[in-house]
Amino acid sequence: MADEITLEVARFRPGEDTEPVLQSYQVPLREQWAVLDGLSYIKDHLDGTLSFRWSCRMGICGSCGMTVNGDPQLSCATFLTDYAPGPIRIEPLHNFPVIRDLVVDIGDFMDKLPTVKPWLVRDVHSPLEEGEYLQTPEELEDYQQYSMCINCMLCYSACPVYALDQDFVGPAAIALAQRYNLDSRDEGADERLAVLSSPEGIWSCTFVGECSAACPKGVDPAGAIQRYKLTAATQAIKGLLMPRSRR
Amino acid sequence: MTVYERPVHLLWWLERRSYLLFVLRELSSVFVAWTVVYLLLLVNAVSDGPASYQRFLDRSGEWWMVAINVIAMLFLLLHVVTWFGLAPRAMVVKARGRRVPPRQIVAAHYFAWLVLSAIVAWLVLR
Ligand code: SF4
Ligand code: FES
Repeated sequence: MADEITLEVARFRPGEDTEPVLQSYQVPLREQWAVLDGLSYIKDHLDGTLSFRWSCRMGICGSCGMTVNGDPQLSCATFLTDYAPGPIRIEPLHNFPVIRDLVVDIGDFMDKLPTVKPWLVRDVHSPLEEGEYLQTPEELEDYQQYSMCINCMLCYSACPVYALDQDFVGPAAIALAQRYNLDSRDEGADERLAVLSSPEGIWSCTFVGECSAACPKGVDPAGAIQRYKLTAATQAIKGLLMPRSRR
Repeated sequence: MTVYERPVHLLWWLERRSYLLFVLRELSSVFVAWTVVYLLLLVNAVSDGPASYQRFLDRSGEWWMVAINVIAMLFLLLHVVTWFGLAPRAMVVKARGRRVPPRQIVAAHYFAWLVLSAIVAWLVLR
């Protein structure tokens, strides 16, 4: 095995560059090194001006998403040896404005997330003395997959609908809405309906399925969206047939 | 703050195989619509009497009509196969408290297709 690998890193210096330019660096090729380790090596030893985001280094915080050889990836969970002999092209996440180098502006996602109320909504909170809201393992299973989301936005980066229409609420936000809709303790489905079934919600999705392919946590946001389409359509029909009943 | 926004390329759907497949699947809807129109024309021709039905058959036998219909059939197959393949992602069916495995949902769709086709065949050929 060669002992070095070339990383072609997209550099964008605001005010200087009009578009990103690739800059090549040689980094040690170590078996246990992820792409993120390669970038840290560059920052520590070769070029301290390189900017990128990271925190946990273990696929939990969701902050290290980048485009690696064209695919959205968590750079801490993508290993250099899988791309040997290289070179590896590292670009910022697609579909987000680039602030500098590999750092993108995630404001759009952050603004959209609270619109689907991704938290437990209760009509009435039962008194504390009554203890926890209990749940069976089956009830947990109903939403557990969606609760694995780490807000890494790889799904937004993979989605061509989001690329073309930035108003789309998007895969993770909808999957997180479903995470609560399908939770037996939650009573907020009605409050989430308006945003989810708006034209910018589920109906924008044309089921390309790339969000689920990109997701590092097996959330299957595409599946979540299609499930909700079925729910919304059934509710709309029920509403037509029985206009007076709620839910 | 100056930011860089990557422009969306006109041929973005050629960038990945999955994007291309998706665009083809979207395109298949046009052929689904065409098949419906074609069937309506058939029904119309039949209701207008034998002469008009014969004219319909003659026109359907023209090479270009056959070509259109062969292409339409291929797209229809693509549409059906991809649609059925996606069905279990949208439908979570529970039987006796357990989730029905995705493969069974797909199988049920194909089975329903077979039954409907058999009924149509029986109606036409009887
Ligand atoms: S759904 Fe998956 S890809 Fe999208 S933000 Fe959540 S963890 Fe990341
Ligand atoms: S650094 Fe936290 S997910 Fe990669």
